[in-house]
Amino acid sequence: MINNQDLAQENISIEIKLLLEAIYLKYGHDFRNYSQAHLKRRILHRLMLSNINSISEMQYKVLHEPEFMQEILTDFSINVTEMFRDPAFYLTMRKDVLPVLQTYPYIKIWHAGCSTGEEVYSMAILLEEEGLLDKTLIYATDNNETVLKVAKKAEYTTDNLKNYQKNYEKSGGKGKLSDYYEEKGSIIKFDPRFRKRIVFSEHNLVTDNVFTEVHMIICRNVLIYFNRRLQNRVIKLFHDSLMEEGILGIGSKESVDYSRFGDAFEHINKNRKIYIKKSSIDE
Amino acid sequence: MTNYELVVIGASAGGMNALKEILSNLDRDFAYPIVAVQHVAPDSENYLVEYLDEYSNLNVREASEKQRILPYHVYFAPPNYHLLVEEDKTFSLTVSEKVNYSRPSIDVSFETAALAYKERIIGILLTGASQDGAKGMQMLHTLKGMTIVQDPRTASVPVMPQAAINLVSVDYKLPLEEIAPFLNTLSRTHAGRKEQEG
Ligand SMILES: C[S@@+](CC[C@H](N)C(=O)[O-])C[C@H]1O[C@@H](n2cnc3c(N)ncnc32)[C@H](O)[C@@H]1O
Repeated sequence: MINNQDLAQENISIEIKLLLEAIYLKYGHDFRNYSQAHLKRRILHRLMLSNINSISEMQYKVLHEPEFMQEILTDFSINVTEMFRDPAFYLTMRKDVLPVLQTYPYIKIWHAGCSTGEEVYSMAILLEEEGLLDKTLIYATDNNETVLKVAKKAEYTTDNLKNYQKNYEKSGGKGKLSDYYEEKGSIIKFDPRFRKRIVFSEHNLVTDNVFTEVHMIICRNVLIYFNRRLQNRVIKLFHDSLMEEGILGIGSKESVDYSRFGDAFEHINKNRKIYIKKSSIDE
Repeated sequence: MTNYELVVIGASAGGMNALKEILSNLDRDFAYPIVAVQHVAPDSENYLVEYLDEYSNLNVREASEKQRILPYHVYFAPPNYHLLVEEDKTFSLTVSEKVNYSRPSIDVSFETAALAYKERIIGILLTGASQDGAKGMQMLHTLKGMTIVQDPRTASVPVMPQAAINLVSVDYKLPLEEIAPFLNTLSRTHAGRKEQEG
């Protein structure tokens, strides 16, 4: 429990900075350039729930108890995702982007920050319906190994299925979502033909380098957690990983405009935040 | 007297009309930026912002991430994102879990704004059928910000303001029509004081 006077003091910001530094030095997880308000809110909630009296005490506990660090990691991480989130994004993919990719003999796609994989299987279904799945390889990465384990299994609960079905229809789905999975009780499992086209692996956008050269990168609702400096780093990374005229799809509230590499990209569709990397001749 | 620097407003069911009443009656030179959270469907196109912009003297906009918070603006949380206020007076957006079955959640914006602005903030909770906002008001109160709820008797749905009243001893309970004039008065004295200070 934290007392009210502490809440009002500047100390909180200092203590949070020190805590993040400690986490980085001890475990290598770097949250120092993440948006702070979210972390602060989660840290304070953890304090309210525990019998720890201050953030400094929390820092001691983090340094000495790796199990506690795991709890903090869970607190900090945001893995919320869904199938065909923002159906209009997928509709634009279907209508304006896949016809361009289709001209390549094979296609490589990188989903960065893929979380538990719902977005990746959505894309795989889209590719299948547009006849491109067989010549596509999807690299799906996240820095959180726990969510990747879920993604690899291709199994999800039926809790959100209604919403997914609605999204799928709005995204221009050509069949029924149920064509692509088997339902067993309260679990659905996507057909193995999708899993075969996907390589899941750990990759940290903050600390790791270029992953591989690809035709398209999808990274949605990850940049919003980073400060401008980190956003810059990541957009450079994407720029370097894309072939000329490669495609970059980001979240509906994200942008490359503020980045030093903003000029290297052109909108395909402004409302959907889908860009094409200009070829070096135009630059 | 406190120098306020920010107003946060939360609304749910019935909020559209209540927000219109307030935003259309604030002075053109109203001194404090406003952060507003109205519960909306995740896939709504934020028609609300355009609609309220028509009626208000202030610039009503959807908040974007990293944006600096400026006077003469009303910033709305985008549908399906939580809107967080940073200490450096900018915004962050997240898609973390729903809070009180809502995204955007009023609690999330109120709590982070309270921590960023401490006592220099005015929180207003309006009509709604939700429990959202009560904890946020508690945090505002704890950090010595000013708390105002719409008098539940004047709310189209009284549940939400009542929930806050049950949890916090709020500073003011005002009928809807009195909220904008009250804020204008605060803002004008603020402007007067600034002039005196030169
Ligand atoms: C909100 S989820 C977005 C999931 C999905 N892209 C979507 O839009 O539905 C954010 C994901 O970014 C991942 N992430 C956060 N920091 C990262 C980093 N430094 N490197 C790689 N992934 C990261 C998180 O683990 C989480 O799974």
